[in-house]
Amino acid sequence: MDRSTVLIRPEDARKQPGIWLGAIRERASAVLQHVTGTDFEEKIRRLEAYRGHERMDSFGLDLEWVRVALVAVAVLHRFYFRVDASGLENVPAGRVLLIANHSGQLPIDAALVAASMFFDAEPPRVVRSMVDKWTQTLPGVCTLFARCGQVVGVPENAKKLLDSEEALLVFPEGTTGISKPFSERYRLKDFGLGFMRLALETRTPIVPIAVLGAEEQYINVGNLETLAKALRMPVFPIIPQWLLPGGLLPLPTKYRIRFGQPLMMTGDPDDEDAVIEPKVEIVRSAIQSMLNRGIKERQHVFW
Amino acid sequence: MVRKNSNATKTSRKETAAAPPVVLITGICGRLGQRLTRLLHRQQHVIGIDRRPFLSFPKDVEHFAVDLRRKKMRDIFRGRDIDAVVHMGIMHNPRTSSAEHHTWNVLGFQRLLENVAQFHVRKLIVLSGAAVYGARPDNPQFLEEDAPLLGGANWSGLRDLIAVDMLAQSFFWKSPSTETVIFRPVHILGSVRNGSSNYLRLPRVPTLLGFDPMMQVIHQDDVVEAIRMALRPGIRGIYNLAGPPPIALSHLIQIAGKPRFAIPHPMAEIAVRKLWKIGMTSFPAPELDHIRYVCMVDDERARSVLGFQHRHDVNAAVRAVFETE
Repeated sequence: MDRSTVLIRPEDARKQPGIWLGAIRERASAVLQHVTGTDFEEKIRRLEAYRGHERMDSFGLDLEWVRVALVAVAVLHRFYFRVDASGLENVPAGRVLLIANHSGQLPIDAALVAASMFFDAEPPRVVRSMVDKWTQTLPGVCTLFARCGQVVGVPENAKKLLDSEEALLVFPEGTTGISKPFSERYRLKDFGLGFMRLALETRTPIVPIAVLGAEEQYINVGNLETLAKALRMPVFPIIPQWLLPGGLLPLPTKYRIRFGQPLMMTGDPDDEDAVIEPKVEIVRSAIQSMLNRGIKERQHVFW
Repeated sequence: MVRKNSNATKTSRKETAAAPPVVLITGICGRLGQRLTRLLHRQQHVIGIDRRPFLSFPKDVEHFAVDLRRKKMRDIFRGRDIDAVVHMGIMHNPRTSSAEHHTWNVLGFQRLLENVAQFHVRKLIVLSGAAVYGARPDNPQFLEEDAPLLGGANWSGLRDLIAVDMLAQSFFWKSPSTETVIFRPVHILGSVRNGSSNYLRLPRVPTLLGFDPMMQVIHQDDVVEAIRMALRPGIRGIYNLAGPPPIALSHLIQIAGKPRFAIPHPMAEIAVRKLWKIGMTSFPAPELDHIRYVCMVDDERARSVLGFQHRHDVNAAVRAVFETE
């Protein structure tokens, strides 16, 4: 992909005084500003100043791609899902593990948590998240993910990122969480233990995050295991709405993202599972109780 | 394999300060071997082993056109007090029959190890490669030296390189008095005729549609310099060599100034396989994984223990590919 054709910069429109083309560009940049907010350029500059990478970091994160991705996600964040994020002041500066519930068939929740950390947090930050190795085999997706800061979910990568004081988003439920059927919504699956060992080893604070609204975006009535195995996919969900015209789009639910108090765990990262499990349970129950409170408080799924 | 117990006898070797130390280089006629020779021959006495013809070497280099598997190798070791052996004579040519390839690489190296052990050579340096780890979707971004060698999983042509690496590893404890060093450099760029340099020499460089992995490349002279540094006494073990910071494959091709075109992976695999069969390409199809997934290494160990520092950046490494010697 040629970079120059992809990027739309608001200042480009002003530089080129074409007759009607210039007017269209002017209009487009005005729309862009409306979507992304007036302080978007300034935030991007702060991000660049903070990260200060030449072109890409060693994991393939490219701020130019991040910027384009953020413009796209801003539409979802502000208008489509109307994200209501709260508790962002709880996220400490420097290394942090963001632990969230995973839901919604497609990882839109990850994109919106990352968008919240950019649009709503002070200072704006780039979120790195851990993705399944299966995504690396998908053409296009793997490049997009890498350029936007996602890394393959292996402990070595996570350790490296935390050591360089990044914010790391982890969904300990993994693919079983994201592909939950509708009947099991907002009931957390088992958490993996890896994130806790990582937090203990790198002495990283954990911020529990509850995402509400993603569960209802696609109604999954069940998973076909044999077909998934035959297609070498992690899951094959049955989503009736995908058969309707326009049904590929998620339902425009209202997202509520709650960032909880940071938890600082201590202990030996190489302890037995039996010792690690209660610590994981602390995080899991923190997320579950935030979810329960959120469901009780919200008046409606869509607004 | 080890014929003599070799711990005490070693110190009795003559240390006459006048005679320069003798270093034996296998595969000396390769381009990397020639560069190493030019770097070493003024300080050391260089003996070269290679079946290929002797090219423009300095006068003070002894060359033997001997197959590593032959008995004659022993005579070369017997007559001289060889201080170090640098093994670069690993055959990478994917066109030779796999049986010949395998016996040359594995049997040849095993014979060499026997000689190294029997004649108490102080140092053994083996040039392996980062490809032994394999380019896989579940690779961590930076592989450390203790990562499993899975490169042969899809690419059977790589299995004897892995066998050589493993043999060298077992030599750590079989002959502890020899300081064994294994180097696993990333894609070496330069006048060398290896897969990665040849890839950049293609008139139009193919990539896989939707894949643009991060890459590490290293200038050939940085590898040679690392080998020279490893000749120092006290250096042993396995070292990844990574060179300058990683860059995306598309960026690398852009630096090379080549036009690139993207092909969907399934089509590319079929095409390369067919072209390979009729002898139109020297790239085996499994090698496509290296432009699909990451296979990068962490060379922290080489930098801290060996004191290795790359001197050439990516631009210089790419430029070296197109320089004529």
